[in-house]
Amino acid sequence: MSIKNRSYLVGAYEHPTRHAPDKTLVQLHAECAYGAIADSGLSKNDIDAYYFAGDASGLSAMSLVDYMNLKVRHVDCTETGGTSYLIHVSHAAQAIAAGKCNAALITLAGRPRSEGSSGAVPRATADASPEAQWEAPFSATTVNLYALCAQRHMHEFGTTPEQLAWVKVAASQHAQYNPNAMLKNVVTVEDVVNSPMVASPLHRLDCCVVSDGGGAVIVARPEIAKALKRPRVALLGAGEAIKGQNGGEIDLMTSGAAIAGPIAFAEAGVTPSDIKYASIYDSFTITVVMQLEDLGFCKKGEGGRFVADGGLIAGSGRLPFNTDGGGLCNNHPSNRGGMTKIIEAVRQLRGEAHPKLQVANCNLALAQGTGGRLGSRHGSATLIMERQ
Amino acid sequence: MSAKIPSPAVTTETSAFWGKANDGVLALPHCQACGKIHWYPRANCPFCSSDKIELKPAKGSGTIYSFSVSRRGKDDSYVIAYVTLDEGVTMMTNIVNADASALKIGQKVRVAFVPSADGQKVPMFEVA
Repeated sequence: MSIKNRSYLVGAYEHPTRHAPDKTLVQLHAECAYGAIADSGLSKNDIDAYYFAGDASGLSAMSLVDYMNLKVRHVDCTETGGTSYLIHVSHAAQAIAAGKCNAALITLAGRPRSEGSSGAVPRATADASPEAQWEAPFSATTVNLYALCAQRHMHEFGTTPEQLAWVKVAASQHAQYNPNAMLKNVVTVEDVVNSPMVASPLHRLDCCVVSDGGGAVIVARPEIAKALKRPRVALLGAGEAIKGQNGGEIDLMTSGAAIAGPIAFAEAGVTPSDIKYASIYDSFTITVVMQLEDLGFCKKGEGGRFVADGGLIAGSGRLPFNTDGGGLCNNHPSNRGGMTKIIEAVRQLRGEAHPKLQVANCNLALAQGTGGRLGSRHGSATLIMERQ
Repeated sequence: MSAKIPSPAVTTETSAFWGKANDGVLALPHCQACGKIHWYPRANCPFCSSDKIELKPAKGSGTIYSFSVSRRGKDDSYVIAYVTLDEGVTMMTNIVNADASALKIGQKVRVAFVPSADGQKVPMFEVA
């Protein structure tokens, strides 16, 4: 059973806050949910499924459904880090196609900025994680687990710090038009490579922001989408994968996108050259380069050259990406960038991106997520969406 | 002993490995059913699922697969790395006692056991 054209993204909402010390986590979730419901034109009573990743310790879907007083007949708590929300969209489409629900709400919220989170220090690992004892003694952090990929990519393919910096430059060119973006200043390649080294070869400006906030989307069956007044965004294809250390046969040069991407393209019946706009998960600059290669936008090893010289800048580059400013400049709520990737793709397909950055005739878009740590184990997901 | 090195949370599944580490032996799990070596150590082979796992000493030498010089606080740094052992598996570790600015992927390294915060020795590597 294919999910192609079996569901539509009918609602999307990104919370405007980037710093929310005065709001609770559940309050942010609810504000995102109500924002997406209002955006869609549905009412809360139309929602009959809820999707929630474990983006806060101890918080459950049961608590959130009860807090918002939702009446649901389908629930999914898939947790694959920052890419969870793309997988939620895919699973919601499957549930809709199977007749298990009509309209699924997916929310993300977090307050890492208010809570003082950092990707440059080791995070507490759950006691049950089998890998903790093999990584904690070596002070593995979020940043250095991506830096290990960047260093190897430079060694194998000759990728340069300047090429990686172009990813940030493109994001900053876009963020200047986003009044809610956390970093609105345009930066240069020199700014990036001269910023402090956090974990070589990644500099501070190779890293995404730490922001509070959240977002929500609603996936609904075609009959509902067609009755609403909003532009219609259909889901054509989806893929997902988890990639790890392969029992010690480690290959840092391929991400889960090499599995998830081809599955999504095959289901959608399109190729990378058909894509008009791409939301590419940008926890770090290297994340973007590797996913572009693995999705087939360029050959393995050529990602550095693909993104260089403005390759990702809307209006002039070969592939407009992350026109909201992405995680690198706009927003990375809960240290998870998957939701905002979906939301900006929906904006582009609806023609609701910033006029300076709106892709002309944007009828086909891709959203790609990588959650967890690229250099140890990560979830990956690809969505392909069409304006109809 | 270094307070900066967090001690591993040893489990019943891995206590044999860590015991050998305290004796200065880097042991690798060999599957008696399929013959493959895996990393990290666990009760069942991640390739064939067999529970017939035997810990055998490794040569203790390998090459740097990748590394990153990471800041720890304002004035300190350390080198996290993946080292591919001569036996074929690649493990996460730290490179110690090295000039970090001179490190290169492909460089030969040798295991050196370093006591962590609670005294448990952990396998790190020095330039060979």
